[in-house]
Amino acid sequence: MLSKYEVVIGLEVHAQLTTDTKIFCNCSTTFGNEPNSQTCPVCLGLPGALPVLNKKVVDYAIRTGLATECTIAPRSIFARKNYFYPDLPKGYQISQFELPICEHGRLDIETAEGSKTIGITRIHMEEDAGKLLHDSSEGSRVDLNRACTPLMEIVSEPDMRSADQAIAYLKKLHQIVVYLGVCDGNLEEGSFRCDANVSIRPWGQKEFGTRAELKNINSFRFIKQAIDYEVQRQADILEEGGRVIQETRLFDTASGTTRSMRSKEEANDYRYFPDPDLVPLLVSEEWIEQARLELPELPAAKIERFIKEYDIPRYDAEVLAAERANADYYDALVKLHGNGKLCSNWVMGEVQRALKDSDLAIGDCPVTPQMLAGMLGRIDDNTISGKIAKKVFDAMWQSGKDADTIIEEQELKQVTDLSAIEPAIDEILAANPGQVAEYRGGKDKLLGFFVGQVMKATKGKANPAALNELLKKKLAGE
Amino acid sequence: MQLTDLTIHQLHDLLREGKTSAQEVTRAFLDRIAATDERVNAFITVCQQESLQQAAAADARLKAGDGAPLTGIPLALKDIFITEGLRTTCASQILNNFVPPYNGTAVAKLKEQGAVILGKLNMDEFAMGSSNENSAFGPVRNPWNGDCVPGGSSGGSAACVAARQAVATLGTDTGGSIRQPAAHCGVVGLKPTYGLVSRYGVIAYASSLDQVGPITRDVEDCAILLGAVAGYDPADSTSVDQPVPDYRATLKDGVKGLKVGLPKEYFIEGLDPAVKQAVEKAVDTLRGLGAEPVEVSLPHTDYAVACYYLIATAEASSNLARYDGVRYGQRVDQDRGLIDMYMQSRAAGFGPEVKRRIMLGTYALSSGYYDAYYLKAQKVRTLIRQDFLDAFNQVDVILTPVAPTPAFRIGEKTADPLQMYLSDIFTIPVNLAGTCGMSLPCGFSQEGLPIGLQLIGRPFGEETLLRTAYAFEQASDWHRQQAPL
Ligand SMILES: [Zn+2]
Repeated sequence: MLSKYEVVIGLEVHAQLTTDTKIFCNCSTTFGNEPNSQTCPVCLGLPGALPVLNKKVVDYAIRTGLATECTIAPRSIFARKNYFYPDLPKGYQISQFELPICEHGRLDIETAEGSKTIGITRIHMEEDAGKLLHDSSEGSRVDLNRACTPLMEIVSEPDMRSADQAIAYLKKLHQIVVYLGVCDGNLEEGSFRCDANVSIRPWGQKEFGTRAELKNINSFRFIKQAIDYEVQRQADILEEGGRVIQETRLFDTASGTTRSMRSKEEANDYRYFPDPDLVPLLVSEEWIEQARLELPELPAAKIERFIKEYDIPRYDAEVLAAERANADYYDALVKLHGNGKLCSNWVMGEVQRALKDSDLAIGDCPVTPQMLAGMLGRIDDNTISGKIAKKVFDAMWQSGKDADTIIEEQELKQVTDLSAIEPAIDEILAANPGQVAEYRGGKDKLLGFFVGQVMKATKGKANPAALNELLKKKLAGE
Repeated sequence: MQLTDLTIHQLHDLLREGKTSAQEVTRAFLDRIAATDERVNAFITVCQQESLQQAAAADARLKAGDGAPLTGIPLALKDIFITEGLRTTCASQILNNFVPPYNGTAVAKLKEQGAVILGKLNMDEFAMGSSNENSAFGPVRNPWNGDCVPGGSSGGSAACVAARQAVATLGTDTGGSIRQPAAHCGVVGLKPTYGLVSRYGVIAYASSLDQVGPITRDVEDCAILLGAVAGYDPADSTSVDQPVPDYRATLKDGVKGLKVGLPKEYFIEGLDPAVKQAVEKAVDTLRGLGAEPVEVSLPHTDYAVACYYLIATAEASSNLARYDGVRYGQRVDQDRGLIDMYMQSRAAGFGPEVKRRIMLGTYALSSGYYDAYYLKAQKVRTLIRQDFLDAFNQVDVILTPVAPTPAFRIGEKTADPLQMYLSDIFTIPVNLAGTCGMSLPCGFSQEGLPIGLQLIGRPFGEETLLRTAYAFEQASDWHRQQAPL
């Protein structure tokens, strides 16, 4: 039945910006402090207080606009969105309406269905509302710490045709804002929230179907659930000969369903009009160029560079570039060491494993690129084997000491001149006459057994290649 | 002559010379308030103790030779100015218990100079009105005739100066709210160019029109007080970043060769004959001083009142949304839910004129009406501004009456809001144009009520305004007349 309909999705993302202070006052934006401790006359909406625009917010919006190929408006306007709610101290939200700062952008996504360009209608700046704390014994209370926190709303065209495309778009957008450093991307704390406009139409139909706006989707997993549920719901209505009505629906994470919040008729008339307390925002060509210069390398460009400059497989490049901090670590490591593939193996392997085990972000990795490069150098010059290296890595992680110190202290330098351990080898051969006989009878695989025994006796310090050669000689009876 | 009859500059000289003290002056004014305010009702709050403490501090500063022009000068503020620790009501029931935790910029500037704040003055609720009858604290009475209104919305600020209850006051002017009451009370009032004085800490009525300005006994005081509060404020995005001239320095430069525009649209039928006569005499006086009267045209004048009542009410409907009973001010909660609390609090908290303007403004911004009302009004506003800029290509100042009639009787126009709105017909265009205008005494009606002369200047042309007003004042003695109180 679902195959009869094409799904049409547009997304509205609210990204909280990482500025230190709020969008229209100097209060701190730190999360999780004592209620109402980060407030002032402006964000409390006291009589007589006036907003003053935080230039950094504009800068962040411009960066995001440039990263998504938007046109940056030389003149944009802040408007008041009027409605009553206890978490909204002024009785209006300052947002942008008719003339937003960014328009006409695009984002390219990849899914199993292939690649696709998703249009970005607009990006605008606005202030967040406060938070209601419901307490049955004391009634409801209002915390205005979050009020006036800067948000950026990024509105896509209705260009997505499946939940997978929606997820790919969201992940790409998330990656970009985090890369730009304009948003911390924390979904749990609500730093990156998404509303989805979903409609369906019979294949081939030109006009869009009536859409529902799904609110409150705060994870990539839920977006698929919410869209799938909504598509099924709308298809059921159409199949039964009914009409989908335009409404806002709330996604319920517990049941995985959506339920009606308000219909179009009940929708607020927000009475938008230009905020007379703020002058038109003028963005000069120089400002835009400066922002363009300061734009960091974005994931797509980074992947291509890693492949080209560091000669690593596309898969590695994509994994490494997925997060900016990870990519920066890898970049620093290769610049110090030079071998792209060896470095990517270590960053994707040991480094990730250890971070996961200690639940750390790469920014807090105790083994710096300098330390890791130092250790890889000791592999290159045969001071240690790859196997011992893992031991050295763990020791660096624990102690914070560099590789050379650890190799020295723990006597981990591998033995290349095997004359010193020849007696030990002879002893092992003498102790295992049966295996020696079997080997000599043609069971070559037993070489590994002897290597293992010697390594055990020498605590792994023997140079593996040299050891193999010597053992072969001795077992051959030479 | 009594201390309460003196001007800022006269008192400043006496204080500096040690011939009186700030405490003595303050006590004189407090006594005068006590003796007269039952009849005038200019004050909502009198700061008996605080003002004397401020006066003592001012005396110490004067003694140390560190006196500024306003040190120890007793002033009073329209109750629209946010004052830290001092109740600020905006003459509304909804803010009757509101004690702000901060000072606005203009107030902070006065305090830095060591001015003494005698109290907070009555006004039309949220500055909405032309008669000061829309106050939760009762009407203000005109010191020249207690049966008449003082004008509005800064009626308390003008009546207070006329009644010699303070040396000077600050008011605000959105459509004439400084100039019209100043005219009706026979004192000097100036509405600065939009952006000259910070609006930070001034309760907003219509943000794109509101300006803070002085109401004083003479033009020199007006220059002093304007200079004290003017200037760029980073806390107000609409304030303009440019240096403030020394308004006193050019006061005496005269009007020789000054081109004075007389807009033909302002000398219309319905203009009270006494007003017409007084204004025409003022033109003669200026001509006699060497100025050159020229007829000009402001062709879009007819649309100004309609335009104003769309823009001002639209902005007000949004500005007043914050008075919802949630965080401060009066709350009426009968435990019937949030919406009910909003409705009861606002129904009980706002007076009828405020409600009327909130409804009007809400309507003008509503979807489906926005283009026809708000947007069109903005376009008309641009035309009105252009009218003035065109006229200022020909003349240096424009001269008009302030109001079509002298002060009317209390209750005379309350039944007909439209009639009331027309009392600001000559002042409103100046706010829409964003330029500066001032009112100064130019005569009396047969009933002995003051008549005001309006001078309108180029944007940031306050120096020219003050210089013209000063020349006129020197050639007349209207400002020396005292209300019989
Ligand atoms: Zn704040």
